[in-house]
Amino acid sequence: MSRISAFTARLYRGEVGYDFVGKRKIWYSISVLIAITAIVGLGVRGINESIDFKGGAVFTTPKTSISVEEAVSDAQSASGKTALVQKLGNGSLRIQIADITTTQSDPIKAELAKDLKVDQNAITADLVGPSWGSTIANKAWTGLIIFLVLVVIYLAIAFEWRMAVAAFVALLHDIVITVGVYALVGFQVSPGTVIGLLTILGYSLYDTVVVFDSLKEQSKGITKQTRYTYSEVANNSINSTLVRSINTTVVALLPVAGLLFIGGGFLGAGDLNDIALSLFVGLAAGAYSSIFIATPLVAELKEREPQMKALRKRVLAKRAKEEQAGGPGGEASPLPAGAGPTPAVAGPRDRPRGGRSSGSTGRRR
Amino acid sequence: MAAPKKGRRSAGSPGRPGRTLSLFLIVIAALVGGMFWSGDTAPRLGIDLAGGTTITLKAQNTPGKPNAINKTNMDTAVDIMNRRVNGLGVSEAEVQTQGSDNIVVNIPKGTNEAQARQQVGQTAQLYFRPVLTVAAGAPTPQPSTSGSPKATPSGSPGATPSGKASSSAGGTTATDKASGSPSASSTTQGRAVTSALQKDPSPTPSGDASAPASPPATDATTPPDPATAALQKKFEALDCSSKAQRTKANQGAGPKDTIVACGQDSNKQWEKYVLGPSALEGTDVKKSQGVFDSQNAQWIVTLDFTGAGSKKFSTITGQLSQQQAPMNQFAIVLDGNVESAPSVSQTLSGSAQISGSFDQQSAKDLGNVLSYGALPLSFHEETVTTVTAALGSQQLKAGLIAGGVGFLLVLIYLIAYYRGLAAIAVLSLVVSAVLTYTLMALLGSGIGFALNLPAVCGAIVAIGITADSFIVYFERIRDEIREGRTLRPAVERAWPRARRTVLVSDFVSFLAAAVLFIVTVGKVQGFAFTLGLTTVLDVVVVFLFTKPVMTLLARRKFFSDGHPWSGLDPKRLGAKPPLRRSRPVGGASSSDHPKEA
Repeated sequence: MSRISAFTARLYRGEVGYDFVGKRKIWYSISVLIAITAIVGLGVRGINESIDFKGGAVFTTPKTSISVEEAVSDAQSASGKTALVQKLGNGSLRIQIADITTTQSDPIKAELAKDLKVDQNAITADLVGPSWGSTIANKAWTGLIIFLVLVVIYLAIAFEWRMAVAAFVALLHDIVITVGVYALVGFQVSPGTVIGLLTILGYSLYDTVVVFDSLKEQSKGITKQTRYTYSEVANNSINSTLVRSINTTVVALLPVAGLLFIGGGFLGAGDLNDIALSLFVGLAAGAYSSIFIATPLVAELKEREPQMKALRKRVLAKRAKEEQAGGPGGEASPLPAGAGPTPAVAGPRDRPRGGRSSGSTGRRR
Repeated sequence: MAAPKKGRRSAGSPGRPGRTLSLFLIVIAALVGGMFWSGDTAPRLGIDLAGGTTITLKAQNTPGKPNAINKTNMDTAVDIMNRRVNGLGVSEAEVQTQGSDNIVVNIPKGTNEAQARQQVGQTAQLYFRPVLTVAAGAPTPQPSTSGSPKATPSGSPGATPSGKASSSAGGTTATDKASGSPSASSTTQGRAVTSALQKDPSPTPSGDASAPASPPATDATTPPDPATAALQKKFEALDCSSKAQRTKANQGAGPKDTIVACGQDSNKQWEKYVLGPSALEGTDVKKSQGVFDSQNAQWIVTLDFTGAGSKKFSTITGQLSQQQAPMNQFAIVLDGNVESAPSVSQTLSGSAQISGSFDQQSAKDLGNVLSYGALPLSFHEETVTTVTAALGSQQLKAGLIAGGVGFLLVLIYLIAYYRGLAAIAVLSLVVSAVLTYTLMALLGSGIGFALNLPAVCGAIVAIGITADSFIVYFERIRDEIREGRTLRPAVERAWPRARRTVLVSDFVSFLAAAVLFIVTVGKVQGFAFTLGLTTVLDVVVVFLFTKPVMTLLARRKFFSDGHPWSGLDPKRLGAKPPLRRSRPVGGASSSDHPKEA
C-alpha cells in the first residue's frame, strides 16, 4: 500500500522516471503475442456477425399477448442465438434471428409455437436480407482507408514521417487486438460494434498525438546538446505525459466500464454489450499502444538517423568522461525525475528560478 | 492585465474572459430557449430504441421481364431506397429484403411517414420522350374502323370532356396522322426519333380530332401494323381521369416503345399524349434538386445531366426546335406519367427543369428521388404497421444508468485528483452535455437526426474524450507551477501549448468524421455526423468556456494561493525552489490510482 501511495504521490508530482523505451522489446513481444492470439482466434473461431450483416430468418407470429421480453428469451432458447423481437401494430410479433437457413427454421418454428402457445402453421417464416448491405460495408471500408491515408499524410506534415508510421502501426495494433478479442469472446459483431471500433480509432490517435506533441517539443534542438540521447528524451516525454495518459484513459474507461459491466450485467447479452466491449478493448489497447508501442517505435526509427547516432556517441563519450572525472553532480541519466516538460535542451531559455513565486510559499496545512 | 512577466507575451494573454464567457452563455441560453420554443425537447430516437413504422413493399412482376425479380435487382432497390429515405444518413431508417420479393423499410417514430412511404415506393423511371400527339384527357369515341381515325372533335357529345385541353404548346388537340413513329430499330434513340420526326416535316394541325402516330413508314405502302392500330385504340379509349387507367396506360412498355401517357397541364386538367421512344433517361441525370424559381415564383425540379446525357439532350432539343407544335415538345415522363411537356425553341444542353404543380416538399422529394436513380423494379405497398423498439427500452435505460454511474465515477476520480480544478472540469462537462443535448434535439426536426444505441454509447464515451482536453490543460498548468510560476502566469503560459495539443488531436478526430461523412452512407454516415458534432463542441467548450473560467478563477485567492484543496498546491505538486521538498506534504491523494498497465 505504502508503495502504491508513494508511487501515486510521485505520479502526482510528475516525478516518475520509468524506462519505457529501453524495455521496448518486452512491450513489443506482449503485443505480438496478443496479436497472434487474436489472429489465431479469428482464423479458428471467425467473427460472429449479427443479422444486420448477413441476414437470417424472420418469424411473424399471430396476435399474442406474450411480452417482448418473454419472446426474446423463448426465441433465444429455441435457436441458441441472439434474437431481435418487435411487436407489430396488430399485436403480432416479429422475431428476427441471425444466421439461420430455411432448413433450420422449421424446428425453431415448432419450438416457438410451443413456447408462445400458438398454432405452428400460423407462424410465417421468411428469410431476411442484411440491412447493413454490402454497399454500406464497402463504403465504410473506402472511407476508413481514405482516412488512414490522410491521417498519415497529416501526421507526416505536422510531425514527421516516422511518427506517422508509428501512429499507423499503433492504430493497426489496436484494430487487430479489438477484432481478435471479438473472435475469442464470441460476442456478436453488429453495426454498433463497427461504430464503436471507428470511435476508438480517433481516440487511439488522440492519445498518440498528445505524446508525440510533447516529444516534438522536447526534442527541439536535441543535436545541440550532449546530455541526453533521443531515446532518453522520448522516454522522458512518455513520463511527462504519463499522468495525462493515465488520467484520460481512466476517465474514458470509467463510463465504458459502466456500460460493459453494469449495463451488460443487468441485461446479459445484448447490443449494449457488443458496443461496450469494442469501446472498452479499443480504449485500453489505444492507451497501451500510445505509451508502449508508438513512442518506442519512433525512438527506434529516429536512432537510425546518422545525426542521432552521432549524438548517442557524443552523449556516451561525455558520460564516460564524467565517470572518470569522479561522477557528475547529481545529474544522472536518464533524465532526472521531475523534469516535467522542461525541454532537454540546455539552450538560452527563460528558466524561472524561485524568487518570483509570490504568495505560494510556506502555506500551513 | 496579468501578463506573464517574460517571454511569449501575446500567446498567453488572458484576453477578456468575462466577455467571452457571457457571450457564450447567452448563445447557449438562446439555443436552449430555441429548443423549448420549438417544442422538440428531446432528441429523436432511432428505431432500435423507440420503434417506428415498418412498410413492407412487394416487387411487381413486369410483363415481358419474367426474371426481373432477382437478388441483384432486389439489392439495388434496397440500396436506392436506403439512400432515398436516409439521404443524410442520420435518420436511422433501415431497409432490408425479406423473402425473395419483399423489401421491408423501417422508419423511426417521428419521421414523416407519408413522405417516407412516397419516397421509397416511387420507381422513379425517368424518360424524356418526344411528343407526337396531345389530346384532352377524356376517351374519344371509337370509330368502327381501325387504323385511319376519323376526325372527331374532342369534347363532342358522347365524349366526357374533361375540360379544355391545352398543352404548353398552345392548345392544339390534334395532329396530322402522318407523323411517323419510328420503328423500334436498333439505331440510337436520338436517331430514331429524328427520322420519325422528319418523316413529315410539316404536320398540319387540323384542330379537331386526335390521331395517333401511324406505323413506321419504312416503306410508304406498308399497311398499318396491328401494334400501331392497337396503340391508337388505346389512345382513344384512354380516360386520364381514372387512376387505374393512368397506371395501366403504358405498363410494361420499354423505353424504345411508342407509348400513350397521361399528364396534367398547368391548370390541373388531364391530357393524354402519344409519345415517341425515349431519347434520354434517368441514368443520364447526374444530380437533381428541388429549387424555388424566383422568376416565375414557383417550385421546380432541376436536372443536371452527365456528359453523355448532355450530348443526347442537345441532339434531341436541336431536332425538336425545328418542329411545329405539338411536335416541338418533349415530355418528361416519370413512372409513366407526364410530369411536364415543355416546348423547345432552341438547342439546349447541360440541364433541364421540370415545372408543374410543385410545392416545396414535393419538389424537394422529387429531386431527392431522381438523384438516387430509378428502382430496377416496381413495388407496391403490402402492409404498413407500427413496430416496437427492436432493443426494448431496457437497453436504453441500462445504457443511461451505466452512463450516469460512469459519469459519477469520473467525477469522483477528478475530484480526488484535481480537487478544486475538478469543479471547472465538471462545469465544462455539464456545459458540453447541455450543448450536445440541445443540438441533437434541434437537429431531430431540422435534418431528421435520430439517435440510435451506438450513438448514445458514443455520447457517453464523448464524456471521457471531452474531459481529455481539460486534463491536457490542467496538466500543463501544473507543469508550469512545478517550474515555480505563480498561478496566473502559469494559466496563461500553459494555454497556448495545451491549445495546440487539443487542436491537433481534435483535428484528427474531425478528419475522421469528415471523411466518413463524405464517403459513406447509412449508419456509418450517421455516426460520422455525431462524431463531428461532438468534436466541434469539444473545441468550442474548451476555448469559450474552460479557458475563460480558468482565467477568472485564477484571480481568486483560493486557487492563486494554492489552497491544499485547490488542486494547485505548489507544495504537493513538488514545485521547484523555493519549495523543494523531498516528500509530499500531507498524505497521498486519496484515490485508488490505477497501477501501471
